[in-house]
Amino acid sequence: MTRLLAIAKKETIQIRRDGRSLGLAFALPVLLLWIFGVAITTDIKDIHTAVLDRDNTAASRALVAAFGQSGYFSIRASLTRAEEAEGLIRRGTVRMALVIPERFGADLASGRAAPVEVVLDGSDAKTANVARGYADAIARSYSSRIRVTAHAAPPAVQADTRVWFNETLDGRAMVVPGLIAVIMSIISAMLTSLTIAREWERGTMEQLAATPVGRAEVIFGKLLPYLVIALIDVAIAVVCCVYLFDVPFRGSLAVFGLVSFVFLSGVLGLGILISSALKSQLLAIQGSIFATYMPALLLSGFFFSVSSMPAVLQLLSRLVPARYYVEITRGVFLRGIGLEVIWPPLIGLAVFAAATISLALKTFRKELV
Amino acid sequence: MPPETAPAVETEGLTRRYGDFVAADSVTFSVRRGEVFGFLGPNGAGKTTTLKMLTGLVRPSAGRGTVDGLELGRDSERIKTRIGYMSQLFSLYQDLTVEENIEFAGGLHEVVGARLAERRDWILEMSGLAALRRRLTGQLPLGWKQRLALGCAVLHEPAVLFLDEPTSGVDPIARRQFWEVIRLLSDDGTTVFVSTHYMEEAEYCDRLAFMNRGRVVAMDTPAALRGRMTDPIFKIDTDDGPRAVPVLVGTPDIVEVSLFGRGLRVVVRDTANGGVMLRERLGAAGLACRAIERIAPSLEDVFVSCVSA
Repeated sequence: MTRLLAIAKKETIQIRRDGRSLGLAFALPVLLLWIFGVAITTDIKDIHTAVLDRDNTAASRALVAAFGQSGYFSIRASLTRAEEAEGLIRRGTVRMALVIPERFGADLASGRAAPVEVVLDGSDAKTANVARGYADAIARSYSSRIRVTAHAAPPAVQADTRVWFNETLDGRAMVVPGLIAVIMSIISAMLTSLTIAREWERGTMEQLAATPVGRAEVIFGKLLPYLVIALIDVAIAVVCCVYLFDVPFRGSLAVFGLVSFVFLSGVLGLGILISSALKSQLLAIQGSIFATYMPALLLSGFFFSVSSMPAVLQLLSRLVPARYYVEITRGVFLRGIGLEVIWPPLIGLAVFAAATISLALKTFRKELV
Repeated sequence: MPPETAPAVETEGLTRRYGDFVAADSVTFSVRRGEVFGFLGPNGAGKTTTLKMLTGLVRPSAGRGTVDGLELGRDSERIKTRIGYMSQLFSLYQDLTVEENIEFAGGLHEVVGARLAERRDWILEMSGLAALRRRLTGQLPLGWKQRLALGCAVLHEPAVLFLDEPTSGVDPIARRQFWEVIRLLSDDGTTVFVSTHYMEEAEYCDRLAFMNRGRVVAMDTPAALRGRMTDPIFKIDTDDGPRAVPVLVGTPDIVEVSLFGRGLRVVVRDTANGGVMLRERLGAAGLACRAIERIAPSLEDVFVSCVSA
């Protein structure tokens, strides 16, 4: 234990003195989260909107207010004639016009369907599509009896662009927790991928190898400080999710901490495995990015849902720890589920961690060739 | 054999091959306790490979050996608790302070508490780094770094200390100070096993093994090795050294001729009247011979003669 702690302490001092390590450990995850997060939120906010309220009743004004307060639309003009809407959209002053017909309040009151018209600028298909999704959701949440009819000017809105945003709020809530899994996969493996390779390159490993220090003491001594750093990163990311991106955290922090601990042990172990196998910092960092970035992005279910992948990829995704962690983060954040539900993916993470760490122990040699 | 008199290091036919290349070829020797034993030879002679086999870093391809009575290979991990090692590459962490490096070395050998404090103070005093204990190791001059590395290598008071070219690149004064510490350690009973390619350093050793192309070519005390060189060496002061070389080279009783400053250094085959013979040869070629003097062989001469024999 003395030796393990000596290594952990030495490693901590080295991280503290190295600006690059500190940046990689603390600044990069927050930066990535912010970039991804903002990229998602700026796209969907503040759609300039004109309103033509022909009804002008309490009900119609309430609908307009619901649009205005949603944060996704900013009401820029109140119109009196339908032709004005066309001019504003043509000039690009607004991207959408909301037209409420005269009978709106009355229809609503009498329980009939109360359609409103949404005119969209289809020249920016993506924004139009997003706006339609929001309008739909707002109208639905306002009243299930209100039907939105969207008349998009050509080119028509395309369905295949509707990847993330068609459910408004849920889209962002899906993305941001999953993002923690992707970012932490990459960062963790990168952090540890340098540690053993650096000692081989600098010649200090030779010195270490001539002492009675055990392989497990080296591996766990190096793992320990990075585990603490990565857990701090996850905590920061959770705080960012909740306070910056308004994603609800409905589960138990203790459960999430436990799951994160197991997940991080696995990916940090993967970094150490890569580091002791390749013995070169450059190769190791490339290896760790290759081993984590693409799988975490493409096979984790973060972008593409695992259930709709071809069978081969589904099988392959079982080797990607981010897959289990994405599943768990979403469940814990949004659905508040506990161990009774997440135990299968948690076992997946535990198996991965056990595999990478024992492989790292096997690969790491105190002998030179 | 009682343990006190058992050799500190002993090898029998220790061999390491890399493919077809034999880095160390049947190396056999025995080192007494408290001895300063030197490995002398050019780069690639197999010194480092042998040291790495003895410290458990490289597995021998053949042969056997013991360190502090423990068998190589079988007891490698136990051997590591009894030895100190300073590798050829600078072995400390440059981004740790002097004190942090000492504490880390202590942790690795489970030297803690009062004993660590005592050993730390000893290292700081020995290396003259007491005032710089909080300085980053990377900022120290090389000579001081090497003394600190030596201190860290003996922090746990090992029975055998292995030093692989510990003073390469260090200035002569720092090198002398370094050897004073080695002497001190040896007087306290530590066996010191050192490799070097500095001939003048070899003089500090109790016993030397000459290595060349993976083999031990000679092994003895420096004085005895010098005594082996029976061919006399002459230093000649002549007007025209470059012209004198071809005159002397190629005759059967002359072993070696080399330019030495403005004069010549000539190794003559063992004869009673080598000096007279040289003077005659040069005279016959019309070259004046201002002075001719027989000189004692240096270890380098001995080494060269052993290698070419």
